[in-house]
Amino acid sequence: MTYTQLAITGVLLAVLNDMYLLRTKLVTRRIFWVSYSIIIFFQLLSNGVLTGLRIVRYNGEVIIGSSTPVDGHPPMFGDGRVFFAPVEDLLFGFALVLLSLTMWVWLGRRGVQRTPTAGPPRFTSHSTDEK
Amino acid sequence: MKQFAYLGVLAVCLLGTGLLEIFLRARVYRRWLRLILTLIPVVLIFTLWDVYAISRHHWTFDANFVTGIIAVANVPLEEVCFFIAIPICSILTLEAVRSMRIWPVGDEIVADVGDEQ
Repeated sequence: MTYTQLAITGVLLAVLNDMYLLRTKLVTRRIFWVSYSIIIFFQLLSNGVLTGLRIVRYNGEVIIGSSTPVDGHPPMFGDGRVFFAPVEDLLFGFALVLLSLTMWVWLGRRGVQRTPTAGPPRFTSHSTDEK
Repeated sequence: MKQFAYLGVLAVCLLGTGLLEIFLRARVYRRWLRLILTLIPVVLIFTLWDVYAISRHHWTFDANFVTGIIAVANVPLEEVCFFIAIPICSILTLEAVRSMRIWPVGDEIVADVGDEQ
């Protein structure tokens, strides 16, 4: 299988696991998408370093774009790349994050260290009146 | 020092999100057993994916930027560290958002009541 095929499969399996196997249904919750939008920003940054500096190099035969060039960095955007990384990495990352959060929430649901719960923030100068 | 580049990126990620544990009281490291149990299947599944991908030459690593230590099969130590660090960062982010907002996650004592938002 190509990376493209595997990445799409990974996302589908992660969503099926979240929705129907462990039934945490994170993809239906606002907190998941807010968290994920923060995560994806930092993922693009850190993965941009790993792929832009060619610490990790990709084979053009298994991704939508071309191989990581031998000389110089891959395109920042275009040719199947988003911030130097193959778009497949975004799917891979989504599957990794969703599986991790699903396991974490499922274990909490089963009573494994449900507590101590998060918060409140150490400095609540402005957030207390919002709730 | 160049050979620690990959590990360095992961260290920055962990140091950055570590602030969430302290200042937003995410309490992820504090729930270390739940964290370890979360990581076991994630590391297993994604390391298997990595074994396959590396054996099929989906991706390779610049020998200048990795330590050269192999964790298992042909998977560099850095990759296994990645599958540990990124889930930790993700969970810390989720719990940090929960610390700031009261949106339900699904593991609350009174779960599934009016949480379709």
